[in-house]
Amino acid sequence: MISLQKVSKRYDNGREALVNLNFELAPGEMVFLTGHSGAGKSTLLKLIMLIERPSAGQMLVCGQNIAHIPRSAIPYHRRQIGMVHQHHHLLFDRTVYDNVALPLLIAGFSPRDTGRRVRAALDKVGLLDKENLNPATLSGGEQQRVGIARAVVNKPQVLIADEPTGNLDPELSAEIMDLFDQFAQVGTTVLIATHDVGLIHRYDHRLLALHNGELIRDGYDREHL
Amino acid sequence: MNQPAPNVSKGATVARVTWRQRFDRWREHHRDVAVDSLRRLRATPLPTLMTLLVIAIALALPAGLFVLIKNVQTLSEGWDGNAQVSLYLTAKTSDAQGRALATQLAERVDVKRTAYISRERALEEFKEQSGLGDILQELGENPLPAVIVVYPAHDTLEQAQKLRDDLARKTEVDEAQLDAQWVQRLYALLALGERLVLALSIGLGLAVLLVIVNTIRLGIENRRDEIVIVKLVGATDAYVRRPFLYTGLWYGLGGSLIALLLIQALLLWLDGPVQAVADLYRSTFALAGLGLGTGLLTIVGSVLVGLLGAALAVRQHLRAIEPG
Ligand SMILES: Nc1ncnc2c1ncn2[C@@H]1O[C@H](COP(=O)(O)OP(=O)(O)OP(=O)(O)O)[C@@H](O)[C@H]1O
Ligand SMILES: [Mg+2]
Repeated sequence: MISLQKVSKRYDNGREALVNLNFELAPGEMVFLTGHSGAGKSTLLKLIMLIERPSAGQMLVCGQNIAHIPRSAIPYHRRQIGMVHQHHHLLFDRTVYDNVALPLLIAGFSPRDTGRRVRAALDKVGLLDKENLNPATLSGGEQQRVGIARAVVNKPQVLIADEPTGNLDPELSAEIMDLFDQFAQVGTTVLIATHDVGLIHRYDHRLLALHNGELIRDGYDREHL
Repeated sequence: MNQPAPNVSKGATVARVTWRQRFDRWREHHRDVAVDSLRRLRATPLPTLMTLLVIAIALALPAGLFVLIKNVQTLSEGWDGNAQVSLYLTAKTSDAQGRALATQLAERVDVKRTAYISRERALEEFKEQSGLGDILQELGENPLPAVIVVYPAHDTLEQAQKLRDDLARKTEVDEAQLDAQWVQRLYALLALGERLVLALSIGLGLAVLLVIVNTIRLGIENRRDEIVIVKLVGATDAYVRRPFLYTGLWYGLGGSLIALLLIQALLLWLDGPVQAVADLYRSTFALAGLGLGTGLLTIVGSVLVGLLGAALAVRQHLRAIEPG
């Protein structure tokens, strides 16, 4: 589903954020991405979303080599991927429902399909009764779950999350991890960037670890983390 | 809507339904965006009104001047007919031929009357008026041509000019001259005025463009977060651009409608005094408005300027707003 070959990213200021990455993620796989602050976790997710372009290497996402696709094709690429952001990135000038419906509105879904899918997504994250509220009135955990509903409303094949449990208590974190697990069960590839070692130890998912932009660990081993 | 075409291999019926639905979505989306951008303008009534007024005044100024010039033009078309055409006859034309021509011309429908001035009479008049009789005496021969003065039957300058051109072609006529200088001067001034209105329109049109560019730029700045978010969930450039283009369209439309109202108000305000003057001169003159054509042109032009301003602002600033 995602395949990286010799991918490097050097920022304009000369900073080598990612160096020669090689790995593959299968459909339905759930993977942790970890590493110290500044290791390059967010950069990797940004490359997958084409928020940033790789400086070198090939990236296959959903069967398409995205390293050099034209700017005009980026929106359609992004519609295939759901992304959960650390900072919710919600719009406070509209309801929870409208926030979750945004990707469908942009992709041109009919109002009927939109309603069905938005309610299904809100039901999944347990916020069906809050659809008409403004997200500003929700708690941090609820806002995070609205963000997740928006990321999955389009039924993407790939779901990526940057510190999704960053400011949540362990109980809420567990709930959200369960949600991700459910998506992986139905075939979605899930990649979660986190430096929450406790969280990583609680699950036995595959683990990718970055150190100064290099992939230093790829497997199920949790020793010396 | 902006999705690439799906692979349809199941025949034309399937494709037609798909495109039909796609078109419906696209139309609905445009309607929603148009309504939403209008709602946003109404949500900030004071700044919106101020921008609209700036646009309206910039449009009303040249359009109002245009109306005034048009009215002066109509007024000058009804000049009191004191223009005349002087036909200077060739030296070969005899006195009898000249008189005959004068009588013949007086019969024409476009001529009110004619007056024949023989060479001798012309000399007499010249002597009297200039006091140069002695010098002319010494020339021996009378250098002055015979003249037929033609008074046109119609009042307009155009018809007088046509008459002049027509008479100039006659073999007996050496030169034909239209004496309607004040009307010609007025027409020249009006032509100049039209040019000035054009220049003013271009200048103020540019000002309207800049006002809209700047207003839309602020709008883009205010919605920066939203733009980043919609781009993250797969919005195309066209999608991001659309609400701002509609905002530009509304500004153009609203500004031009207010401008037309301002001009109408000006005309109403002037109508009383103008009627009073017209009555004094026993004239039937009445102030004319902008007219349907020019009014529509103002609206369409203004809407186009609004769209162009929005497009420029969007082109300049939207690309710079990217997630990351
Ligand atoms: N836009 C940018 N321009 C230049 N350098 C950048 C940019 N974004 C990130 N970097 C640098 O690239 C490196 C990797 O950053 P990145 O944000 O990917 O780290 P991270 O693993 O997500 O860290 P954290 O856990 O703190 O979020 C850092 O050294 C950072 O300073
Ligand atoms: Mg990060």
